[in-house]
Amino acid sequence: MSAQPSGTQAFLARFEGLREHLPGGRTPWVAQLRAEAAELFGAAGLPGRRIEAWRYTDLAPIAQAGFSEALTLVRETPALPPMRAPYRAVFVDGRFAENLSLLPGSYRCGSLAAGLDGAQGLLGALAEKLPLVALNTMLFEDGLLLDLPADTDGGVLELVSLASHTGRPIAFHPRHLIRIGDGASLTLIETSTGPAGAAYLHNPVFEIAVGAGATLSHVRIQREGRAGFQLSTVQAAVQAGGTYDNFTLNAGARLVRNEIHAALLGPKATCHMNGAQLAGDGQHADTTTFLDHAAPDCASRQTYKTVLAGKSRGVFQGKILVRQAAQRTDGYQMNQALLLSEEAEIDAKPQLEIYADDVKCSHGATVGALDEAQLFYLRARGIPAEQARAMLVQAFLVEAVEGVTNPIAQAALAEATEGWWEREAA
Amino acid sequence: MLKIEGLTAEIDGKPILKGIDLEIPTGEIHAIMGPNGSGKSTLSYVLSGREGYEITGGSATYNGLDLLAMEPEERAGSGVFLAFQYPVELPGVGNANFLRTAVNAVRKHKGEPEIDAMQFLKLARTKIKALQMSDDMLKRNVNVGFSGGEKKRNEVLQMALLEPTLAILDETDSGLDIDALKIVADGVNAMRGANFSSLVITHYQRLLDYIVPDRVHVLMGGRIVKSGGPELALALEAEGYAKVAA
Amino acid sequence: MAAVAETLETVQAANDGGYKWGFETDIAMEFAPKGLSEDIVRFISAKKNEPDWLLEWRLKAYAHWLKMEEPEWAAVSYPKIDYQDAYYYAAPSNKVVPKSLDEVDPELLRTYEKLGIPVQEQQRLQGIAVDMVFDSVSVATTFKDRLAKEGIIFCSISEAVQEHPELVRQYLGSVVPQGDNYFACLNSAVFTDGSFVYIPKGVRCPMELSTYFRINAKSTGQFERTLIIAEAGSYVSYLEGCTAPMRDENQMHAAVVELVAMDDASIKYSTVQNWYPGDSEGKGGIYNFVTKRGACRGARSKISWTQVETGSAITWKYPSCMLLGDDSVGEFYSVAVTNNHQQADTGTKMWHVGRNTRSTIVSKGISAGQAQNTYRGLVKISPKAVGARNFTQCDSLLIGDKCGAHTVPYIENRCATAKVEHEATTSRIAEDQLFYCRSRGLTQEEAVGLIVNGFCREVLKELPMEFAVEAQKLLAISLEGSVG
Repeated sequence: MSAQPSGTQAFLARFEGLREHLPGGRTPWVAQLRAEAAELFGAAGLPGRRIEAWRYTDLAPIAQAGFSEALTLVRETPALPPMRAPYRAVFVDGRFAENLSLLPGSYRCGSLAAGLDGAQGLLGALAEKLPLVALNTMLFEDGLLLDLPADTDGGVLELVSLASHTGRPIAFHPRHLIRIGDGASLTLIETSTGPAGAAYLHNPVFEIAVGAGATLSHVRIQREGRAGFQLSTVQAAVQAGGTYDNFTLNAGARLVRNEIHAALLGPKATCHMNGAQLAGDGQHADTTTFLDHAAPDCASRQTYKTVLAGKSRGVFQGKILVRQAAQRTDGYQMNQALLLSEEAEIDAKPQLEIYADDVKCSHGATVGALDEAQLFYLRARGIPAEQARAMLVQAFLVEAVEGVTNPIAQAALAEATEGWWEREAA
Repeated sequence: MLKIEGLTAEIDGKPILKGIDLEIPTGEIHAIMGPNGSGKSTLSYVLSGREGYEITGGSATYNGLDLLAMEPEERAGSGVFLAFQYPVELPGVGNANFLRTAVNAVRKHKGEPEIDAMQFLKLARTKIKALQMSDDMLKRNVNVGFSGGEKKRNEVLQMALLEPTLAILDETDSGLDIDALKIVADGVNAMRGANFSSLVITHYQRLLDYIVPDRVHVLMGGRIVKSGGPELALALEAEGYAKVAA
Repeated sequence: MAAVAETLETVQAANDGGYKWGFETDIAMEFAPKGLSEDIVRFISAKKNEPDWLLEWRLKAYAHWLKMEEPEWAAVSYPKIDYQDAYYYAAPSNKVVPKSLDEVDPELLRTYEKLGIPVQEQQRLQGIAVDMVFDSVSVATTFKDRLAKEGIIFCSISEAVQEHPELVRQYLGSVVPQGDNYFACLNSAVFTDGSFVYIPKGVRCPMELSTYFRINAKSTGQFERTLIIAEAGSYVSYLEGCTAPMRDENQMHAAVVELVAMDDASIKYSTVQNWYPGDSEGKGGIYNFVTKRGACRGARSKISWTQVETGSAITWKYPSCMLLGDDSVGEFYSVAVTNNHQQADTGTKMWHVGRNTRSTIVSKGISAGQAQNTYRGLVKISPKAVGARNFTQCDSLLIGDKCGAHTVPYIENRCATAKVEHEATTSRIAEDQLFYCRSRGLTQEEAVGLIVNGFCREVLKELPMEFAVEAQKLLAISLEGSVG
């Protein structure tokens, strides 16, 4: 219990020490945003389990870890994953690495720290008053600033986050601002990785504005090191006729909280949120979604699959809010969990909060083990038990994964999921 | 050859098989007939290694191998194939992927090289054509949304691809119309030969019009109570189990 | 659109005359002084001539309650309750305890007759035994003698304290501990009466047992306590009903119900809750804060809750099952209707502890007017509950665009072999359904009534026959104006 204030205090103390040196530290509007965030974070602190939204995820290990900022120079450049898309923006320990990146020249896309002046009105515009968002606002060092003009096809861009091996626990809080102009479209493939043994905290916040008739397909592949932590918050706002698709794979990290908030603000906006969580021994994977239907004739679809092996814990919380104005909402959510071990635990809390009458909303949840009859059928055809289990795990993920249609994203995803069970079972 | 001696088995403490003795020499097809609850399906599951059956006595060997000590996949690798009475649906598993994985697993077990996707596709299409089925079958998820007849055909397709030396057909005829029945029977008959034996488990004589067995055994109350030639099946059909077995 | 607009109008037009149980009985009453204190707890205990252990038990609960905070997690809002501004004891001032129905004040019996409760034993030979609780005390219990022949004890809990103290002492607070929650704790301190049922080993209770709760007096809280014990191999079906007069003030009802089922025992507990819901402006009505819990202690035991919740301004209620015995079964079937300004936050908890335990949850929420209706449920499976199964189905129906329907299920599973399935839907009555019915000659109100009853069918069929019909009528009346 006493560890939590110390974690909160440590973050606040570092902000006090660094405030003038952080990007925009001497720019009044940025400094004011940071000061307000510090006040909010100071009052709320790192969320504890007594807060309803955090009843299943305990941040005590983060509070206790005593993270410091990644201000030291990177000693060794971490290995870069192979480049899949034509362009990529690379961040090492939360800071833009220009030498490792290849950016499109045709639209604004680059370091937030370098382009902070142009981010006024964008930074913080979609941020909710959440403690972890405030922590990010208070301490962000950099991030991606992407502004895709109207009616532009932005193609595919990779966003790569790497944690370096610094030898001590570091925290980084990148802030990514993404605006997709009316009628424009982009596929963003985000991967985050880090060294296996390093304890670090990656706390990214995305503010995503999808314009009228625009489309953003956001594929996230989280493969942080098994001793690392990721707390990520996506805040997306979608205008009339726009589409925001989010697919998130949680495969790495000791503890991950993947929080996605999407607001459908104009008629006929659409949101798909899909995801897969693969947690093995010692891992805690939490996906928490909030779909805010604020306009009529919008549709949302969510499919989440959690697979747990070893001593692991999976959490899914998903809320669909349908406001009074959001007539003719079509909302659907499914979350399913597969338990492969006696020591695994799953907690699920789907939630519907509905204030409009002409709606079609439903959610479903299932929890269970592998089907013994299916396993036997595969084995009776000569397929060894572990291979049969792996096939059934892959099959379980299909409904969530099939929403990813971009071939580059599919390849990245396949690489991250294939062989997972064989590795865990080994 | 398959040799079963004094086999007893129970489920949840309830004896089902009460001492089965049966020999199927290589190259022969035997039929087991019996009323509901006589232990027919239990016998097929015990031979193929499904969990939940306690084997309390006796033995079953196949070509000298102790079947009962083997994992289900080892039995399959050794040439034993069970055609399920109720084929299992595998949502999310593509039929082509499933079949190729199975073919390669069995080949690996036999020490044969694995085949690649192209080779497999060629092989599968040949077999599908021979069985008068549609290529469409490969694109669907395993048994998901299949009609009863399609499921049974898929079983026969698997058998054709895995080329077992002992096929156990567990009431493969149940729920089949006459056309489907013929396709299944043709599939089995096509494999008939000096190196292929089969145990055909059925409730009705009808299937045996198309797959003519070398021997017929009557299973009642967990024991084989009578054995004979193909004419025994006709007698059973005409006079009922009670009378024939008496 | 036209059909729905019409429905909306009629919902809004629903007048207070719709509550037909809103009369007040004029009878001499005896009250404890207003307010809550240790002295009041002592007063109640003394009035009931209770043994010392029970007074101590109450005082301990009271001391604990003072340290607790009122819960705020439910999706209901109401002004702060002033616990000092209510009477905690109100009873008809009948000096003699009635020995038989003949001695009961005829005015009281008339009240229950007016409510449609079978008070004269000869009126209902087919057999429903009734315990009548009027404000703080039980005023009459029917069929006691006949039940006694089977060894069944059915009486008020006050009487059980006097006649069967060992049973009360053994089981009271054994399922819902004193400090379980704020309202249960308050009840433990000030409960005044309620029903007590004991079914001996192997006995199948030959008739429905029923308690009818009536709040009559002004500014009075009702704190009843019900305890049902089903010994090994026994069976009982129990039904409770509730009403109160129409008043501008909010009155509080904080009950505790404890059920215990031993090996192979089965308890079926049905509730038709029709407390005064307040008027169309949201004025008045009962605050219904109820803790109901059953413990399936024995192997293969079964507890089934069925509830039809149509009344109360606020409902806060989660009838739950602790599935401790192997192969035990818990069920929860619920219809909750909220209209005008009513708020309901109701659901269940199923705790799976024993092996192969099974639970089923079926919840139907109907929201109209400006009401808020929340299903809140927990399915918790402990590591030892090998082979546990749960199935949950929650459906919500919205009538009008100013009401809300919410679903908040919690699933916590720590057992790999358990299987949990949850489904929830929210919809409204489809225009084409209404049109179809009306084109076959039904009025708008009949059509809505038909569709609503169809929507609730899975739950209504769980009610004992006699009450299913009443419940159907009640559903219609609760949505009066809209569903005639």
